[in-house]
Amino acid sequence: MSARSEILQRVGDAIRGAPAEPVAREYRRTGGLDADARIELLRDRLVDYRADVHEVDDVQAAIASVCVAQHVSTLGVPPGLPGEWRPGGVEIVDDHGLSPRELDALDGVVTGCTVAIAETGTLVLAAGPAEGRRALSLVPDLHVCIVGRDQVVELVPEAFDRLGELVREERRPLTFVSGPSATSDIELSRVEGVHGPRRLVVLVQP
Amino acid sequence: MTSFPEAARVELANAQLRANLGKATTTIRAKRARVVDEVPDWEALREAGRAIKAETLSRLDGYLVEFEEALLAAGAHVHWARDAAEANAVVADVAQAHGVTEVVKMKSLTTDEIGLNDALAAQGIHALETDFAELILQLDGDWSSHILVPAIHRNRTEIRDLFARTIATGPLTDDPAELAEASRSYLREKFLDARMGVSGANFGVAETGTICIVESEGNGRMCTTLPPVLVTVLGIEKLVPTFADLEVFLQLLPRSSTGERMNPYTSLWTGVTDGDGPQELHVVLLDAGRTRVLRDEVGRQALQCIRCSACLNVCPVYTRTGGHAYGSVYPGPIGAILTPQLVGVENAKSLPYASTLCGACYEVCPVKIDIPTVLLHLRAEVVRRAGSPAERLVMRALAWIFAGRQRFAVAQRLGRVAQRSGIRIGPLRRWTKTRDLPPAPKESFREWWNRERA
Ligand code: SF4
Repeated sequence: MSARSEILQRVGDAIRGAPAEPVAREYRRTGGLDADARIELLRDRLVDYRADVHEVDDVQAAIASVCVAQHVSTLGVPPGLPGEWRPGGVEIVDDHGLSPRELDALDGVVTGCTVAIAETGTLVLAAGPAEGRRALSLVPDLHVCIVGRDQVVELVPEAFDRLGELVREERRPLTFVSGPSATSDIELSRVEGVHGPRRLVVLVQP
Repeated sequence: MTSFPEAARVELANAQLRANLGKATTTIRAKRARVVDEVPDWEALREAGRAIKAETLSRLDGYLVEFEEALLAAGAHVHWARDAAEANAVVADVAQAHGVTEVVKMKSLTTDEIGLNDALAAQGIHALETDFAELILQLDGDWSSHILVPAIHRNRTEIRDLFARTIATGPLTDDPAELAEASRSYLREKFLDARMGVSGANFGVAETGTICIVESEGNGRMCTTLPPVLVTVLGIEKLVPTFADLEVFLQLLPRSSTGERMNPYTSLWTGVTDGDGPQELHVVLLDAGRTRVLRDEVGRQALQCIRCSACLNVCPVYTRTGGHAYGSVYPGPIGAILTPQLVGVENAKSLPYASTLCGACYEVCPVKIDIPTVLLHLRAEVVRRAGSPAERLVMRALAWIFAGRQRFAVAQRLGRVAQRSGIRIGPLRRWTKTRDLPPAPKESFREWWNRERA
């Protein structure tokens, strides 16, 4: 008998007669905050994770000044990053399938996101045109993420409402980012940036 | 396996372990309490988490088939493994088919459970552990003592010395940032050239075939996106029915586990994505005793576990003895109920006794596993199967003593007095021997626990 049929048979035998389990979903599904309060909460949570958060009117100028402050000379971007976000003064490298070593040579990366969760301080990247491949926002040491005002939701279930179709219909890979990479493994001291980007800068559009 | 009482005696004597463990578990406990208290619907989330997992188990065969179909439709290969050997062989075969001799690996209890690294080594394949703590353990030939912070028993000076001996390229202080940097640069080179990654999984979604991993450091993202080939090993109990179910667990898990509102990185992938991440995906569905656990109506709830480790941090036995004493991959209260069921109670008789039934584990469990009830259930099983009348008597006596807080406290003090005067008390002998051999603790864990809680 194949392993597959044997395991399925063992499972079937084990659970025969097990009663179905009704699932009560009485947890919060919609938040009560207005847009300003949501953004304030998101900022608060992200700062708690030691991310840099700024509200900006001019995204392009803000990216440019982050690049100056962080000594970025080569900046990776997903091919679909809007033209009006792309800053001058740095070499912009579009990711048309860069190799891991080419990604490693970049000083930083700019992406958008699909949704941001205020209550947990989470940015969700869903491989959209302005978000790019998973590796792009992983390998470079600085990640600048642009968040649109209408992308900010309050609660985790509200984010899942927006993501469900992208996964079910398009099988998009998702990355939830809540602050820079970190470990607490050394006597529980939190240390930022073990393998992912050590610096996370979040620019929120008003 | 070494019995819990024997191993605990050795571990209790390790002062460094106790100091680190005490500090670590106290810190995590406080962090968890803070972020759980701020969630107004925590109890509703717990109940939903419990029910979703119970529902999954009650119709697991259907969900497994659904998961397989979704994965196949999304371009992944699906393998079924009845036991550890079959699972390990799949991983080795994939490596060999690609001529790979080193794989990058993220922390996974499931792969520890099946002894994957040793099995690969036997085939000439090196599995490089990439979690900071796991790397420490691998470099040192040590093994995990805590689900979440596996190197909880190592302090920074020990880590510095170890790195200086092994991976450091220059002088090193014991500053945590410097130690993290040393591991980052060592592993970065490995990630960039890696040809195959191996991961476990926190969740698998039956509806979509999505796999979800929850982590802090980013090494999981490296292992699951950079190499062209990825093998994920997941126990059959890791499924949830729908994508939306994750909205519950991604709230429960990080707060219960590291005491964070959300962990730094959570990755979800649904089969092969053109031009993004591994282009060859394998998923190994592992039984290895899980269907045996499933057969037990009371015990099967142990399979609901999402491996948050909250029950370890509140356990008066664990926080005193550490993970090694359990002699199993799964330590603490969850280990005490899961391991005997996975390997058979006859092979882990003392584990169901490694508890005072204080109930703290149940209170914190994000999926409401009633650990004390399962422990009692397993103790009854141990007694039922005990060979000699004497053994049955010992086990009954232990159960009786542990069943009452008062009785336990008295028995324990008696044990200390008895030890000092060289007396061994009848059926208690085995327990007192362990608990009170030199250096005899001035304070029992129960006394300590009461003081700590007061
Ligand atoms: S038994 Fe519950 S508390 Fe313990 S690790 Fe599992 S989910 Fe967490």
